[in-house]
Amino acid sequence: MKAPLVSKPGAASVSSMIRCANLCKKYGDVAALDGVNLHVRKGQTTVIMGGSGSGKTTLLRLIAGLEKPTSGEIEFAGEDFVHIPRKRLYELREMMGMVFQYSALLNSLNVYDNVAFPLHEHTDLDEDVIRTIVTMKLEQVGLRGMERLMPSELSGGMAKRVALARAIAMDPAIVFYDEPTSGLDPISAGVITTLIHDLSTKSHRTSVVVTHDVQAGLSIADHVVLLWQGRVIAEGGPEDIRHSEDERVRQFIEGRPDGPIPFSRSTTSYLDDLLSHPGTVRMRP
Amino acid sequence: MNRAANFLGWLGRGFLGMTGRLGDAASLSASSLGLVAAPPWQGRHIVIQIFNIGVGSVAIIALTGAFTGMVLALQGYYTLSKFGSESLLGAGVALSIIRELGPVLGAMMLTARAGSAITAEIGIMRVTEQVDALEMMAVNPRARIIMPRIIAATLSLPLLVAMFDLIGIGAGYLVGVDLLGVNPGAFIAEMQAKVTSHDINTGWIKGVGFGFLVGVICTYIGYRATPTTEGVGRATTQAVVLSSVGVLVLDYILTSFFL
Ligand SMILES: Nc1ncnc2c1ncn2[C@@H]1O[C@H](COP(=O)(O)OP(=O)(O)OP(=O)(O)O)[C@@H](O)[C@H]1O
Ligand SMILES: [Mg+2]
Repeated sequence: MKAPLVSKPGAASVSSMIRCANLCKKYGDVAALDGVNLHVRKGQTTVIMGGSGSGKTTLLRLIAGLEKPTSGEIEFAGEDFVHIPRKRLYELREMMGMVFQYSALLNSLNVYDNVAFPLHEHTDLDEDVIRTIVTMKLEQVGLRGMERLMPSELSGGMAKRVALARAIAMDPAIVFYDEPTSGLDPISAGVITTLIHDLSTKSHRTSVVVTHDVQAGLSIADHVVLLWQGRVIAEGGPEDIRHSEDERVRQFIEGRPDGPIPFSRSTTSYLDDLLSHPGTVRMRP
Repeated sequence: MNRAANFLGWLGRGFLGMTGRLGDAASLSASSLGLVAAPPWQGRHIVIQIFNIGVGSVAIIALTGAFTGMVLALQGYYTLSKFGSESLLGAGVALSIIRELGPVLGAMMLTARAGSAITAEIGIMRVTEQVDALEMMAVNPRARIIMPRIIAATLSLPLLVAMFDLIGIGAGYLVGVDLLGVNPGAFIAEMQAKVTSHDINTGWIKGVGFGFLVGVICTYIGYRATPTTEGVGRATTQAVVLSSVGVLVLDYILTSFFL
């Protein structure tokens, strides 16, 4: 039907799903990513962690092909992903699923049609078969019976779970998750975390998970990448990260406000800022 | 001196920005429309948009047409009676509506009713990452979102204009003949004598042109809206203003061309 996902039987591409070299992405003067190297292995769960604004979403959008890098290389299953023709990109996309940070359900369609959307678009399965698949996917995320609801009638957490069901509807080889557990109650978050874990361990799917939930991230990861200000500051197995000696890594996983990673991103002195605008603060001798 | 240089710089930047956006709009629309023949066939989505854009505008355009025809009959009668040529009322009403007011007011109403909705809808799809979600599900958003809307607007407006014309002339007849007492035979006969197929052609070609213009402007501005709530609000206003002005400018160009 479609060209195989792994086009070349070369030894390197069998274990490697995505490989990025020296990836840079600039928005105006802001460097969202600054020389990132990343290696996502097939069948593994790669977790990308980092503080707010560290470039996690940007990295995910680049490796999903939603945006082009300013410079650097991306290789997806052995193919050049930066200069890929649109037609081939869409062929590869049928083997990708993505859960967006804010769900991104199509708001003109109900839950059933959202989950069935990729199946309707890309398969000619009978509606009966599609119904069965959708029911199974919704059961997996605990929302069976909600088929008739519209996205506007869902809570944020429910929408996220529908988005997850939609992302796995086509049984994709790789799934991208942007903050899959943020905005969920602890039980749903646990269920989703387990689900992501099961998808990769039991069905050998590749997952790329962006999260700032340190414990959940470390518990499902085969490989962890820690980003800070658009750069990779640490990577390795979850144990390597847990026992890392690096002060920045320690600060991040322990969630301490003081340390080498400044909480404030301002570059000017606080006192100068207050005093440089006459009328705001008066220092009396 | 410095002021003048600043002003020139501002003017130059504005001009460059504008030509850049024009080029971007042209290439986005052209690449989207090019997808009409590419598989998968989007026929169902074109029909849905014809329903949303075209059928949804029927009521407002019928109402506008009726009042336009009525006002034209009143004003036309007032003017023509000064020359004692009330019998020309039918021709006057029909020509103004068919050549000018039908297409222009139809396009304005289409912009207000459907154009603003197109921009807002596409802008919101951007804000909520639905456009990216389509892209990730291997559905080309240009083929699914932009192309069907431009085609639907282009096909719908000439039909809406034809309806506007019929209703407008009918309403003009009612006011002229039944209210003001113009001879019904003269009304119809003068209309038949003075309206040529050239006038009709002018009217529907304007309808096609305006529909296309409104479709292109409203989809482009929605698609390129700054993905924030204010951005979408601003884009919607901008789409309505630009479409309306654009229609008037294109109207002048087409009229001078066809006269
Ligand atoms: N479309 C854009 N335009 C301009 N700047 C952007 C854009 N997207 C991201 N940025 C900038 O790039 C940097 C990284 O953003 P990104 O969204 O990747 O962060 P993140 O790690 O996902 O943060 P969060 O955890 O808050 O989602 C930020 O400084 C942000 O301001
Ligand atoms: Mg993010």
